[in-house]
Amino acid sequence: MDELLDILRELHPDVDFETEEHLIDDAVIDSLDMAMLITEISETFGVVITAKDILPENFNSARALYALIERLEEE
Amino acid sequence: MSFATWEFLGFLAVLFLLYHTLPVKCRKPLLLAASLAFYACAGWEGLCFILTTALTSYFAALGMDRIREEQEAYIKAHKELTREEKKAKRAAGTVRLRRILAICLLFNLAILLVVKYADFFLSSARGLFGLEQGRPLGLIMPLGISFYTLQVTGYLVDVYRGTVRAEKSLWKHVLFVSFFPQVIQGPISRYGDLSKTLFNAEKTPAKEFFFGLERILWGFFKKLVIADRLAIFVGKVIGDPGTYRGPYVLLAMILYTLELYADFTGGIDITIGTAQALGIRVAENFNLPYFSTSLKEYWRRWHISMCSWFRDYVFYPVSTSRFMRRFTGLVRGRLGDKAARKLPLYLASLAVWFCTGLWHGANWNFIVWGLLNWAILMISQELEPLYDRFHKRFAWSNTAPYRVFMILRTFIFIICTMNLFDCYATVGETFGAFGSLFTAGGWQALTDGSMLKLGLSAVDFIVLAFSLLLVLLVSLKKQRKGSVRELLAQRPFALQLMLWGGLLLCIILFGIYGIGYDASQFIYNRF
Repeated sequence: MDELLDILRELHPDVDFETEEHLIDDAVIDSLDMAMLITEISETFGVVITAKDILPENFNSARALYALIERLEEE
Repeated sequence: MSFATWEFLGFLAVLFLLYHTLPVKCRKPLLLAASLAFYACAGWEGLCFILTTALTSYFAALGMDRIREEQEAYIKAHKELTREEKKAKRAAGTVRLRRILAICLLFNLAILLVVKYADFFLSSARGLFGLEQGRPLGLIMPLGISFYTLQVTGYLVDVYRGTVRAEKSLWKHVLFVSFFPQVIQGPISRYGDLSKTLFNAEKTPAKEFFFGLERILWGFFKKLVIADRLAIFVGKVIGDPGTYRGPYVLLAMILYTLELYADFTGGIDITIGTAQALGIRVAENFNLPYFSTSLKEYWRRWHISMCSWFRDYVFYPVSTSRFMRRFTGLVRGRLGDKAARKLPLYLASLAVWFCTGLWHGANWNFIVWGLLNWAILMISQELEPLYDRFHKRFAWSNTAPYRVFMILRTFIFIICTMNLFDCYATVGETFGAFGSLFTAGGWQALTDGSMLKLGLSAVDFIVLAFSLLLVLLVSLKKQRKGSVRELLAQRPFALQLMLWGGLLLCIILFGIYGIGYDASQFIYNRF
């Protein structure tokens, strides 16, 4: 989780990713951020996030995103 | 049948009467019949095209759904399967899903490419090889093909991804594809959103019906009083680029930006209002775009359904594709981490903006327009850390006056670049017109009455000024307090009646319609 938070903070240092629950709904991260984030996650965690995984419920919070990574790691 | 015609008003009146008086169970068949009749009015050939798309997508989606169902049932029935075996089973299923998706998409996109772009590709190829330009093929362009093809593509991809189930009922599916208020200029609806109310056979509350009528009225006000009045001046200036240069181009650029807004948002108001009066929710397509403080924000507020479509069905698939992952690896190895983060992103954005430009029209103008958007957005993205430092360092840059400056800056930028490409027929004419702002001179034309000789009198300009002021005030109210119709609904009935009656009177008195005017065409119909 700490590694993920580091990636997110590098993207937007001013956002509190530990408490933010509406990253997509409130447009805190946009499509360009999303693409950069996916590249970083793939590199760090070795998982492949595809377009079908890009849903608000998977990206609205750091916790939800971490759950997605764990699910993809299991698969 | 376009919205701004007496036929459409008659059509709506009959439909509303039948829809709200017949038993609820008759509503959806009635809506389907109305949608097909609406479409058939534009020609039976177009009806054949839309039905072909509806039928092929119906069977493709059902096929994909069935494969997924069988696959999951098999995995459920065979509990002894290991994780690897389940994974292999799902992978095999995905290959079959992908095959169906690809065949159906290629078929429908090929139709779009041929009818919309054949002449453009042929003339570009002839130009490239220095061949003589022949006669255009002049193929029939089915009404709204750009919109319903994207809508169906989105639906098929959603079924492929498993985010929605395929529609089992053929008539419901045909209604989803051909729903008449949105078929000619969007919004490009998602099946998951539209189906919630489109197939919902419940009585429409009176409030929804009247809110719908009010929105239709507001849309006609924007279209007939503002957009079609502005179109007279703009049409004359861009129709003769050799004569009208410099100050004429400047005024036409500004007026076209306002015309486009009034025309497109007016059309969407009629679409959403019509749907609302039928108890159906269609997604909003605009969120006060001319209040944007940057181009990036503008594209989040303008034509929202198209932008989110290209994001979800082009940008994300391209940026997360296997090719892009390989490209990222290659860039990382050669140029380092920073470049690996950005270059693939810019390449995926380039694909999106190229497609967006091409989607808008079979013309190099639109491709240049798309690439210009891409270049500016990418430069802005690169400069973002600099902007952040600027806003942190200078407190005054976070004040309301500076925000107003940013809104004006964005608006001027949109006027000067984006919208100019919409107007003129070729890239050469566009750059020529823009260049004339700096070379043509003759600026006294702005004050010596020359502008009043292009179809609009001083009274017309006064009507425009008041109408645009009204639209601005309503927009500001909406931004601060939310739905203006909700606010009005809390006021005394007599006041509501007076206001909406006044608006209707304005349309009757000041609308551009009748003999000698062609108010039938909306700008976005041609896309």
